[in-house]
This record gives sequence, structure tokens and C-alpha cells, in this order.
Amino acid sequence: MKSSRRLALAALVAAVGLIGCGQQDAGNTAGEGIVQIGSVAPLTGPQAHLGKDNDNGAQLAVDEINAAGLKLGGKPLRLQLVSEDDQADPRTATIIAQKLVDGGVAGVIGHLNSGATIPASKIYHDAGIPQISPSATAIAYTAQGFKTAFRVMTNDEQQGKALGQYAVAKLGAKQIAIIDDRTAYGQGLADEFEKAAKAAGAEIVAHEFTSDRSTDFLAILTSIKAKHPQLLFYGGMDAQAGPMAKQMQQLGLNVQLLGGDGVETAEFVKLAGTDAEGVVASSPGLPLASMPGGTAFKEKFTARYGQIQTYAPYAYDAVYVMVEAMRRADSAEPGNYLAELPKTDYQGVTGHIRFDAKGDVAGGSVTLYQAKSGTWQVLETVH
Amino acid sequence: MIEPTRKNAWRSFLLLAALLVALPFLVDAGLGRAWVRVLDFTLLYILLALGLNIVVGYAGLLDLGYIAFYAVGAYLYALLASPHFGLHLPFWMLLPIGAATAAAFGVMLGTPTLRLRGDYLAIVTLGFGEIIRIFLNNLNAPINITNGPQGVNMIDPIQIGGLLFDKTHTLFGVTFSAAHQYSYLFLLLTLTVIFVCLRLQDSRIGRAWVAIREDEVAAEAMGINTRNLKLLAFAMGATFGGVAGGLFAGFQGFISPESFNLMESILIVCMIVLGGMGNIPGVILGAVLLTVLPEALRYLGDAQRALLGHVVVDPADLRMLLFGIALIVVMLYRPAGLLPSRRRQRELVAEAGVAEQEQASVYDAQR
Amino acid sequence: MDILTQQLINGLVLGSVYALVALGYTMVYGILELINFAHGEITMMGAMVALAVIGALVGAGVDLPGVVIALFGLLAAIPVCMALGFAIERVAYRPLRHAPRLAPLITAIGMSIVLQNVAMLIWGRQYISFPPILPQGRHQLLGATITDVQIAILCTSVILMAALVTLVKRTRLGRAMRATAQAPQIAGLMGVNVNTIISLTFVLGSALAAVAGFMVSAYYGLAHYYMGFMLGLKAFSAAVLGGIGNLAGAMLGGLLLGVIESLGAGYIGDLTGGFLGSHYQDVFAFFVLILVLVLRPSGLLGERVVERA
Repeated sequence: MKSSRRLALAALVAAVGLIGCGQQDAGNTAGEGIVQIGSVAPLTGPQAHLGKDNDNGAQLAVDEINAAGLKLGGKPLRLQLVSEDDQADPRTATIIAQKLVDGGVAGVIGHLNSGATIPASKIYHDAGIPQISPSATAIAYTAQGFKTAFRVMTNDEQQGKALGQYAVAKLGAKQIAIIDDRTAYGQGLADEFEKAAKAAGAEIVAHEFTSDRSTDFLAILTSIKAKHPQLLFYGGMDAQAGPMAKQMQQLGLNVQLLGGDGVETAEFVKLAGTDAEGVVASSPGLPLASMPGGTAFKEKFTARYGQIQTYAPYAYDAVYVMVEAMRRADSAEPGNYLAELPKTDYQGVTGHIRFDAKGDVAGGSVTLYQAKSGTWQVLETVH
Repeated sequence: MIEPTRKNAWRSFLLLAALLVALPFLVDAGLGRAWVRVLDFTLLYILLALGLNIVVGYAGLLDLGYIAFYAVGAYLYALLASPHFGLHLPFWMLLPIGAATAAAFGVMLGTPTLRLRGDYLAIVTLGFGEIIRIFLNNLNAPINITNGPQGVNMIDPIQIGGLLFDKTHTLFGVTFSAAHQYSYLFLLLTLTVIFVCLRLQDSRIGRAWVAIREDEVAAEAMGINTRNLKLLAFAMGATFGGVAGGLFAGFQGFISPESFNLMESILIVCMIVLGGMGNIPGVILGAVLLTVLPEALRYLGDAQRALLGHVVVDPADLRMLLFGIALIVVMLYRPAGLLPSRRRQRELVAEAGVAEQEQASVYDAQR
Repeated sequence: MDILTQQLINGLVLGSVYALVALGYTMVYGILELINFAHGEITMMGAMVALAVIGALVGAGVDLPGVVIALFGLLAAIPVCMALGFAIERVAYRPLRHAPRLAPLITAIGMSIVLQNVAMLIWGRQYISFPPILPQGRHQLLGATITDVQIAILCTSVILMAALVTLVKRTRLGRAMRATAQAPQIAGLMGVNVNTIISLTFVLGSALAAVAGFMVSAYYGLAHYYMGFMLGLKAFSAAVLGGIGNLAGAMLGGLLLGVIESLGAGYIGDLTGGFLGSHYQDVFAFFVLILVLVLRPSGLLGERVVERA
């Protein structure tokens, strides 16, 4: 008995050691002709479905570029996507960032959450490796003054402002209630929305809070109902907004529900069912269908991975933006093509991408959609 | 076995010291720079596990909210050394302040829970941990204290004397990256804490804790001031947590409330139980395993590729599954932990015969 | 609309779900003094299995009333969860019955991670939505709204709890369970098959969890492989609040916790003049829990004060 236990332990240690060696080998084979690009997102845990979506978007772009052939400095090169799981955890994110830097990636697409993106961005910055986040929206990410930090997603300020103005000017709301999910994303967006709505002359009659794990909003919706708002803004994700829309109907709280890009998803329509009808939500950039290549992207993506969750098109664009910069510099060396990234002027499937001095999307148009009979339909694009 | 002479002791001590000094470079050379970072976090978790070991392992008080003290230490460092309040206190002030505040929180948690035992204590400490996290997450309004879910960014890196840990330094032709320098600092503090724990273990206080763990009523009857000693255990454990938190904040440069959730508390409890409660080498082993294992399991994809030529199952799908299975398997084969304390082992061995007999007669009677 | 009545209804429905899950914790604890951390995950499995079956039936275009389809889902989930509960006890807890106290806690945590990831492998990372097959009727009650699903949840919970209490208090099996809880060795000597009783306890608790998981997914319209964690945590708190090991305590604790959360979220903001808002809902709930435990260290209805190590 005792010896068998020892044997099992020894086997475990050996296995760990073997796995360690395996990594070394993999590192060595990635020599000539291959350009590695990191893709980091939570692949396990509660946000795994969003993480996988980003990863799929990036993978699709990489495969397309490889199929079309990439030639830098006169040499044919193949892109390889190194997918990593940061579990949406800031600590794990830094380890992964270091791992990617060690592995010699030429650039990083990621991370998904602002909370993981910010601490990781410091490591990429110190190593001089460009990073394009397809989905981190916290203002702090690009406010650090890092020359390596970019994003193809509008930040909280850009989107919150557009939503706040739209709620007051177009939807005619004078009394507004707000719910946020106390995550960096939800709270950031809700705060910017509140500022813009107030500036536009609306009154915030209630600001309630929930969490990104909740499914029961009856209590806060009941107390919101007592304040008689004309519009309810939710800063958070579809998994909460879906049941929230249902519970609003259940309580007879018949006011306009408005959300950000976390709500403008197929998942929301699925979860809210018939109660999704009439809900308005925004998404950065231009409508996929109106973009050249947008419909083709959607078809290719759904054929391969199924429905687009949320940010896959942004991850897809992020890869292209990075590779375009490489092409202009005619080099996949971070030191060479980093200088080309700020000059980006790329027509992607999510919009026309240019960067401002901080690395945010310049201009940053936001499109508003309304859920009608089970799909999101374009209302208008605001700039 | 060789008699432990003074000479032998010195020799093994020097060998160990040399190994520890070389450790970050060995890790770097063998596994890569990312693993130096893993080493840094492993050392932080060893600090945390040793701190919790005082509360759970020595005094027998199951604490499921230990991460709260880590959070307090981290946030104190972040708020006193970042542009958030425009304060930039030096490291030698930050560390004691963090430790003292965490200790105060330890007493704050300890005082109302003195009467509670076992699982009731567990749930109250769990609640305490969540309460701290929720406050950190929400104290951005009406007055912005913690900056809420956005977290605190641009935290000053640790600086001792003129040495800024954040910059790469070269000494005698050897390049020390930030991760390397931090690993030496953490190593030093970990060794200090191990020394404190070792001295505590066999001290009057340590033995009093064990007495409380084994039988509180008897301990009280022997004249042990159980109230003060329990509070001391909470305060000592919290101190280590607070120090580790401060180091974490300086090392990361950015902290947000999501780093201090319940799963982290549970993870640290797992470390000490898995390694062997109350036994310092065991606790260290547990901390090392549970920080290294999830990272090592990342290479599943590479391992599959090496063995089978292609990736059969997405490694991200399997990683946490294997982690869970590992927890179960280790506990089934070594219920007292991988390296149980000698006292516990004796208890188990002494009882094993009796227990097996009991089990045989009671549970298997009707088979 | 009467706000207070509405908040009470919200709280009671939520609480009755907590209570059902809490019963599973408390039954196991009563007999083994073990926190079955994986119980929340069994609830999740119940929801997932039920939804998979319902989804398959709806997808196949089976022409049956919605309620019947939902019942099929529930009937599939119960045996799966029962088998799961049985297996978990055999694999992860039975070998550790004489191990140090915290060892089974770690296997329970390990089990819970394993179940989560198995569910992720089977059903994917997405949220799974509950098809709109249940009646959506709404009724007015004392100035507040109550839906058909809410009424069904309340009734089912009450019936199940009453049935469980009858089982434990009135039947032979119940007597054996109580005997095992009080003194397993003696019960064994008196001819009770202790192992069978322990297995049965797990199976019963898991069946309740399956029902609770099904109800949660029907009520909120979704299921996700991660949903068991928070639900389990809340239910466990409820069990402790009521006095863990005590059936009536678990029910009382569950209902109380539901109502406390509801009232907390609804009224904290107004009571503190906006200083504290609904984001302190959980703080409020935990604060009440701590207060109760400090005043009554063994929970509201718990009898045993002495620790059995």
C-alpha cells in the first residue's frame, strides 16, 4: 500500500516534469517561418463562453491570413495563434503575459476583461510587445501612457456618452433608473452613462446594483418600479440582462430597457425570449451587415463555430490590424512594426479603425440596435 | 543515518542556502521567465498558507475568509503608494502599517466569533471575507476610497533604499529582472516567516494553541487564556496575510477586488490541508503544488502534441478538471495531507487499529 | 402596487428554493457532520439534465402541453442526480469517514470543481435557456403580482418539505436516519445498516437538489455550469442560519435568507438615505447571519452547542 502510494506520487512528479519538458520542445520547434501571436481570454470559469468566442474570432483571422499567404521581408511566414486561459484573474493574467513574452510572441490579442488586461499590459509594455484588446473597455487601460496598448473597442466613456445622449434625446427619457453589476465593465459604463444622461438634462431617480453572478433582480426591480422611471439602463452582461427583462415583465415594469455591448448579443435574445422585444442596446463600431466583408465574416464564423457570442468580430479585426502593421513595416519584429500601429487606417468588419494618441479607437462610432422578433435590428449609428 | 553533527548541519545549511540563492536562475534557465513569476506567486502563497496555518493548523479555527487580510494589506499598500490619493509612502513604512492594520482586522474578526466553533466559525469567517470584498468593491461612492471595481492602478513598485525593484539591474555581470529581484525579496520574507513559525510551534504559545485545538475546555481548565490566545492566532495569521497583500500590490502594480474572492480563500485552505495541516514543510509543499499544478497543466496541449502528434482534447477544457481530480485523489490516499505533522500522524496511527475495528464491526456488519 | 408585499413574495419564492437546497446540506451534515460542498453542483446538474431533456423534446417537436414536457425534464433529472449523489458519497466521502475532519472538505471542493468542468465539457460554456413552454399567467395578490411559476415553486417546496419531515419523523427509514445521526455505532449495533442509510441520505438530498435546480432554471429561464456555486453557498448559509443538522432549521433559514435578501436589496438604499445601496445586499445578509450566530452560536433552531470533533 505504502509503496504504491509512493509510486503514484513519483508518477505524478514525473508527469509534471515531462509536461515541463514538452513545453521546452514546443518552444524550440517554433523557429523559422512561424510568427506567434498570443490570444488571451478566460477559457474556464463563468465567462468562458465569451473567452472562447474571442479566441475563435482571432483563430479565424489567423487561418484566413495563412490561407492567403503572408510574406514579410521577402520570406513566406505562417501565423500561429497561441491561445491561453487567464481565467479572468489578474494574477493569472500576469503569469500568462510573461509566458507569452518568454515564448517570443510578436504581439498579443487580449485580454478580455479590463481587470486582467491592465496588469498584463505592464508586462507587454516592459517587453515592448504590442497588445490589442478586442474587448477591454476600462478607461484606465489606455490612460497608462503605454505605447504598446491598443484596443479596437470603444472605451466606457465613448460608449456611455453615446448611450446617455441617446436615452435622453432620442428615447425621450426624463426620469432614468440605472442598474450596474459592480464589475469594472458594468460600473464603468453605468457611471459614464449617468454623467452623460445628467448632462443632457435627465434625472436619475434610482441607482441599484447587482452582481455578475445574480439571476434574481425582483427585489431591486420592485424598488425601482416604485420610483416610476421612464427608462432603465443596465450596465452589465447578457446573462443578467436576459432574466432581468423577463422579471421586468413579470412585475409589470413596462419601461424601456437600455444596455451596452454586453447586452447586444444573440444570447440575450435567447435568454429573454419574447420579453426581449423592444429592448435597445448599443455596440461599438458599425453594423456587421453594412460593412464590406461583414456578412462574409458572419457566415464563415457561424459555419465553423456556431453563433457569434459578442466580441469575436473585434478579435478578428484586431488580428488584421496587427498583421497590416506588420505588412507596412515588412517585419514581424515587435520593435519594427510597433511604430506602424498608431498609423493604422484599416477597414475592418466592425468599422473603420484608426487609433488616437492613447491607443483608443479614434472617433469611435457607436451603433444602436433594437430587438425585434428575435433579432437585433439597426436603429442608427451615432458618432 | 549520519549523526547530526555541527559540521554536517552547517554543510546542509550552506547547501540549502546556495540552492535557494540559485533557485530563480535555475527556474529561469530550466523553464523560462514566466516560471520566475510563478515562483514569485508561489512564495506569496507560501506566506499566505503559513499565516493561515497558524489559525487553522495550530489553533484549529477553520477560517474561510482569510483572503480578506490579504486584501486589506494589498489595498492599504495601494492607497498609500499610488496616484489614487497622491500618496507615495516608502516601503519601510508601508509594510508595518499593512501588517498592523491586518492584525487589527484579525482581532476585529476574532472578537465576535470567540464563542463559535467548527462549521459555524467557518461560515462566519466566510461572511467576513465577503463583506470586506464587497466593501472594497463598492467604496467608490459617495466618497471614492477604493476606486470600486475599477481597482487601483499605477501602484508604486517596491523600493528599498535606492533599489527600485521594478527596473532590471546588473550586478557582477548578472542581470536581475524585476521578477528575479522580487523573488529574492519574497524568499527573504518567506524564510523569516518560516523561522517565526518554527519558533512559535514549540513555544509556550504554540503549545497552548495546540491544546486549544485538541480540547478547548481542557485547555481552559489548565489555565490557558483561550480568549487571548485565539485572538493572538487570528492577529498573527492576519499579519502574515497583510504583509503578503502589500507585496502583491507592489509586485502587480494594479489591484482590483476580483483578486480577493472566496475561491482564493478556499484555495489557501486546500493548500494547507493538502500539504499537511500544522506541519510547516507540508504547508509549503501544499502551497507549491497548488500554485504550480494549474500552471503545469497548461502544457497539456503540448504534451498531447508530443505524445500523440496532435491535440485531442482542448487543454483549457481539461485543466481544471484534472486539478479537481488531483485534489480528490491526494486526499483519498493521504487523508492527513502529503506531509502530515508528526503529532497528527501519531494520532492517526494510534487510532487506525481501533478505527478499522470499529468500522469493520459497525459499517460492514450487514455486508 | 404594494411594495412590501411584493418584496415579501419575491423573498419567499427565492427562500423556498434556498430551503430545498439547504435541506440537502443539513441532512448530510446531520448524519456525517460533513459540509457537502458539491451539493450546489448537484443542483446545477439537475438543472442541466432537465434542460437538456426539455430542449431535446421541444427540438423534436413533441406535441405535448408545456407542463408535461417540463415534467419529463424533471423526471429525467431526479434519477441522474440521485445516482450522482450516491456515487459522490461512495467515491469521495466514504473512504474518508475516519480521516481528519478537513480531508472530506477538500475532496468535496475537488468534486465540485470536477462536476463543474464535466458539465462544461458536456453542455458547453454557454448559458442554456429554458424554452418558453410554461404558463406565463400573472395574478394580483394583496396589491402585488405573483406568477404561475412562483405559485408552483412555493407549492412544490412546501409539499416536498412536508413529505420529507413526515419521512424522517414517522417512518422506519426516518427513525433509522435519526438513529444514525445521533450515534452511528450504536445504530449499527441495533441492526441499522448505517452505510445504506448514509447512501439514502445522499440520494434523498440529491433528489431535492434536482427539483431545486429544475425550479431555478424554470424560474429564471436559464442554466449555466457555474450556477451551482452561488446557489450552494447561499443555501449553506441558510442551513447554518437555521442551525445546521436541523431540518426545520434549514427551511426556516432558507425562507429567512430569501426574505432578508429581498428586503435588504429593496430597502437599504432608502433606509440609509442613499449612503448604502443594494450592492450591500450580501453584506446585510451576512451581517444578519453573523449577528444570529453570535447571539445563538448554534443557529436559530440548532440544539447542539457542543462540538463533536
